[in-house]
Amino acid sequence: MILYALCFALFLVGLYGLMTKRDLIKIILALGVMGYAVNLMFVLIGYRARAAYPILEPGKPVPAMVDPLPQALVLTSIVIELGVTALLVALALRLFQKYKTFDITQIRRLRG
Amino acid sequence: MILPTFIIVPLLAAFLIVLCGGRRDRAGVLIGGAAAAALAALSVVAFINGRGEAAVYVMGAWKVPLGISLVLDPLSSLMLVMVSLITLTSLLYSVAYIRRLEGEGKYYALLMILVAGMNGVILTSDLFNLFVFMEIALFAAFALVAYGGRAQEYEAAFKYAVMGSISSSLILFAIAVVYSSTSALSMSTIAAILPQRDPVLTLWAGGLFLAGFGLKAAVMPFHAWLPDAHSSAPAPISAMLSGVLIKALGIYALIRVFYNVLGAPPVFLQAFLVLGAVSMTVGVLLAIGQWDIKRLLAYHSISQIGYILIGMGLGTTLGMAGALFHLFNHAVFKSLLFYNAGALETALGTRDLRAMGNVTRLLPITARTSMVASLSISGLPPFNGFFSKLVIILAALQAGQPVFAGLAVVGSLLTLASFMKVQRYGLRSERPAGALQAKVSWGMNAAMVVLAVLCVATSLMIVPGIRETILDPAVRVVMEKARVWTAVFGK
Amino acid sequence: MDKQPGLTLIVKTVTRLLVWMIFLYGTYIIFHGHLSPGGGFGGGVILALGLLSILLAYGRDFTLSWLNVRFLKSLEASSIILFLAAGLMGLVLGEVFLFNFLAKGTLFSLWSSGFIPLLNVVIGLKVGLSLFLVVLALAEFDLEKGAEE
Repeated sequence: MILYALCFALFLVGLYGLMTKRDLIKIILALGVMGYAVNLMFVLIGYRARAAYPILEPGKPVPAMVDPLPQALVLTSIVIELGVTALLVALALRLFQKYKTFDITQIRRLRG
Repeated sequence: MILPTFIIVPLLAAFLIVLCGGRRDRAGVLIGGAAAAALAALSVVAFINGRGEAAVYVMGAWKVPLGISLVLDPLSSLMLVMVSLITLTSLLYSVAYIRRLEGEGKYYALLMILVAGMNGVILTSDLFNLFVFMEIALFAAFALVAYGGRAQEYEAAFKYAVMGSISSSLILFAIAVVYSSTSALSMSTIAAILPQRDPVLTLWAGGLFLAGFGLKAAVMPFHAWLPDAHSSAPAPISAMLSGVLIKALGIYALIRVFYNVLGAPPVFLQAFLVLGAVSMTVGVLLAIGQWDIKRLLAYHSISQIGYILIGMGLGTTLGMAGALFHLFNHAVFKSLLFYNAGALETALGTRDLRAMGNVTRLLPITARTSMVASLSISGLPPFNGFFSKLVIILAALQAGQPVFAGLAVVGSLLTLASFMKVQRYGLRSERPAGALQAKVSWGMNAAMVVLAVLCVATSLMIVPGIRETILDPAVRVVMEKARVWTAVFGK
Repeated sequence: MDKQPGLTLIVKTVTRLLVWMIFLYGTYIIFHGHLSPGGGFGGGVILALGLLSILLAYGRDFTLSWLNVRFLKSLEASSIILFLAAGLMGLVLGEVFLFNFLAKGTLFSLWSSGFIPLLNVVIGLKVGLSLFLVVLALAEFDLEKGAEE
């Protein structure tokens, strides 16, 4: 239970960084931290007490295994977040070209 | 047999466009147009066939709950028809509009990926598969918002991308909560097992899903990305985003998850009502003060989504019928309004209402279709907006919530006021307009005329004979809540 | 500052020797995806990192002249079409989409479990090439120009 609470605390750290930092690159890194927190919680959900890794090996009897499905889901989720991070970095570079700054308080032409 | 083609055809078209296209966009237009036409035909065929019972397609021959299956029931086929219709008209509209901007074929590839993602969200019956297809559609949407290359578009796309990522993390959290309690990801298994678990977990999952999908659907506390993104995007993309994306990804996912999987707990229906009322009134109040026509239309999108949420939150059959009817109507008239704004921007070179003049003679089709769309969104007969709003108001009165019915009427009046302002300042003002900067091509005119005709035609859906075939099966699928999966999977 | 693009001579020599082993390792992970952890995604990322190490060590111009980028872009797009074709083979044979139509083989051998190694190869190619092409596109940005509205 305390592990889940720590995961949630990591998520909140990422959210804090997202809301208070002014540099575009730091916002992208904070989003990455939030993604790691969610992935970690997913893998922790698959844990079974006193179980082995979920790989069959020739010759050995089949032991009790941890749940392999969250691990597959986390793989997919990591690749998706990789794509979003690449898109955000490309947008940040374009924003630097147009606005000449990485500071998000200066990038405010849209109002209302 | 045709269920996976809804996802295969746009994906194949997208990557063929990337393979064959060069600097010119001819390959993009041809392949994209062929794919959109094929999808429209297939969705009509699926709609006619799927009116009775649902069709299930197990992919990879792995049976549920081990595998992922696609389900076509009347609600899905209604959404598929809506998506392919707006895609076809957007493609027709985009040909001349995008040539004016940059003119590369990648726009059509991104549009096809957007359509593939939305079709996947509508058809799937597995919760994580819904998340993956939603991310696919969102990638394409982020890239398309930034397509024009101006500074404001990049800023809007960055904000949209950051907020979209936060909501995706919340949805993943919710899927983790659901998986940890039921050990299943397929919607039918979750719907069967979840009532036997701790009800606190349903509340947790429901709250996180509401926050995540609510941000995609732009309900009121989470709406902040929508005015920037929809006003900065190119006009056909604004129409696709506002017309189908926030509905397929946001509202449809909310209906599926809250009605069919979580079984519509009353606390969330109350939340829908409150959030819907807030969206409706604050959206239209913020819209009245806008002078940029696309920003005004974006705030009106928030307000109309509020109507749909009120219909969903009432929990009765009539309310759900009103919500689905308004969903379809809003796709039609909001896309038409964005096409008009794009035509005005192409012809006059500005988006500010104070700088426009009287275009009734110069752009006759734009002026007349914009009058049709404005009357539709304000809810005047005989256009479709009147009938769907009437159903929602009657449902609110019937369910014993007169406050929401009153708020809906007030919202309609304020919408009418705001669109009369658009017409008076923008299209029919006393000042004569300057010379046209660019011609509005025949593709743009054709798309606008098609949607304007549909604005009148879809009001026929209220007629009892037609309503039985189109709207009632979809409502029945939703109201059966968790029992719909036994009808589908026959367990 | 150094006039030469890329990093120092030591880094360039080590990269030149090691990059083929990185490719070999990535290919090993992709091909054994159905027997051990890894598979398409992980192996693809390793392939992309091999190409990226060349980009980092030798600089952008050398990499663009050494690799045929148009061929890589076409390969990336056609790998998705290969994936869809493999799925459609199931439809052609009368079963469902993504039906496992190759022979399943014996457990634990390399040529087992039907067409999963084929899908792993396709995904590995796609992920690796996409990642490399994205970073290449980011590296081609010129941050000075382009400030018009």
